[in-house]
Amino acid sequence: MRAERDYSNLLNVQVNATMPYEWSIGRHGSRFFQEIKEKQSFVGTRCPECEQVYIPPRRVCGPCFLELDELVELPTTGTITAFTILDYPFIDPSTGEPRAVPYTYGYIRIDGADCIFSHMIDETDPNKIAVGDRVRAVFKPREEMQGNIQDILHFEIVD
Amino acid sequence: MAQRVAIIGTGQTHHRSHRPDVTGREMIHEAVTRALEDCELTIRDIDAIVIGNMDHFESVNFADTWSVDGSGGVMKPIMKISTGGTTGASVSIAAQYHVASGLFDKVLAIGWEKNSESDTTGAIITCSDPIWDRFSYSGAISSLATEAIGYINRTGATQEDAARVAVRDRGNALNNPYAHLRKAITVDEVMNSPMLAYPIKLLDVCPRTDGACALVMAAEDEAKKLAPQPAWIKSSAVRHTYTWFGDPDPNTGLISLQRAAADAYEKAGITEPAKQLDVAELYMPYSYAGLKWIEDLRFCSEGGGAKFVREGHTAMDGMIPINPSGGVLSTNCIGATAMLRVAEAAIQVMGKGGDRQVPNVNNAVATGFGGCWWSDVMILTAEAP
Repeated sequence: MRAERDYSNLLNVQVNATMPYEWSIGRHGSRFFQEIKEKQSFVGTRCPECEQVYIPPRRVCGPCFLELDELVELPTTGTITAFTILDYPFIDPSTGEPRAVPYTYGYIRIDGADCIFSHMIDETDPNKIAVGDRVRAVFKPREEMQGNIQDILHFEIVD
Repeated sequence: MAQRVAIIGTGQTHHRSHRPDVTGREMIHEAVTRALEDCELTIRDIDAIVIGNMDHFESVNFADTWSVDGSGGVMKPIMKISTGGTTGASVSIAAQYHVASGLFDKVLAIGWEKNSESDTTGAIITCSDPIWDRFSYSGAISSLATEAIGYINRTGATQEDAARVAVRDRGNALNNPYAHLRKAITVDEVMNSPMLAYPIKLLDVCPRTDGACALVMAAEDEAKKLAPQPAWIKSSAVRHTYTWFGDPDPNTGLISLQRAAADAYEKAGITEPAKQLDVAELYMPYSYAGLKWIEDLRFCSEGGGAKFVREGHTAMDGMIPINPSGGVLSTNCIGATAMLRVAEAAIQVMGKGGDRQVPNVNNAVATGFGGCWWSDVMILTAEAP
């Protein structure tokens, strides 16, 4: 194949169709969203072997390779362990549309959990957010909840 | 006992942001033809093929089947390996396994990507969990940014320290006729480039590239006959940690790379990497990796990455030159990117590097990075087994 530098007569095909998908959330995952709707609280799982508390409530502990059945009530507060304020354009594959930027992507250690929960934080001023800041989940109005991750609107920094 | 394996030929396209003159399979054909020419073989000599690219990027599934015209895979044993950013290294290691098993003597490995055919960040987001992570995840740049912030907080490294890594790699690319971005940059230019996700700026990250790479691997007896200086595979290692984004702590080292490197070094008898390795081709998709991950590779002490780079130890005339090719910051055809690291390390061992050749390379290391903080490591050597 000889590389042609003259691209003027070259055509391409464009497709902009959407394609629907449907993913099972599973038993513990479903409980997580039901708990948010009923009690505005979180639920995690604890591994009987390593005693790690996982949120979201995964059903298998990867390192121990054990099925998890012990559900743990958790508060909706935590601490920022890492974050970034992103400001670049991209297509959201879930909508097919550009996602609104800038926004703050955060890793949050929920109180009582041993892993980190990823979500958005509603602070895009780099002078007003830091690793170690305390945050709290802000939920959608109950009647608008749909049983998915967007039932949590974002986390907000608390004093 | 496994067969010894060597890389005897490499081929790559002249990488560019956009190749509207070729389809994916035609671009693959370019790289395969060049790899076969490099070791003076024809496709008829090839016993089996392993190929890989990023899932979802071109939205062509069964890329192994779809591309047989270009890969030479018509009526040959061919399989696809796709492991995210590590794909090219995973394909290389799978080809190594093919030969080492004794089932095949000459195997072709191919990595490719036409980044121009989709939205790269949108496509990368589909690697994240659709229930929990996809809503907030925004592709590679922002998760790398969380690592960079953790590193800065832990070590006191500065944005200028990271910029020096980009300046080094982009400068090296001037010596590589295949590199995509071949324009030298300065620390000031990096510092003044647009902020994408604090602290990562435009010139701190890799480009999107269309390109392909191919390797020919051969068993010991064949390799000795076919290549004046084969690049012998001394060891390889694969470590994948988790797929939940919150699991790898951005405030610690890159655990998968620490473990993969320790495994590969042990198998290869390497105890002092910076002294025993003569050159490194590392999958570093952003500048901060050039500070932090060389600590995980034990080129320098923990927290010593910025000083090690500042003192010139990773320059072309340094203790361990890193990325003579210009690295990922200069060329990033993702499914081929990790294979380019293996190919460029092999080129150095074979002494075919032209203007980018490091003198007297005996041992070389190549790495792959991808997925959710995954790592592959391969050690190549000029010494026949």
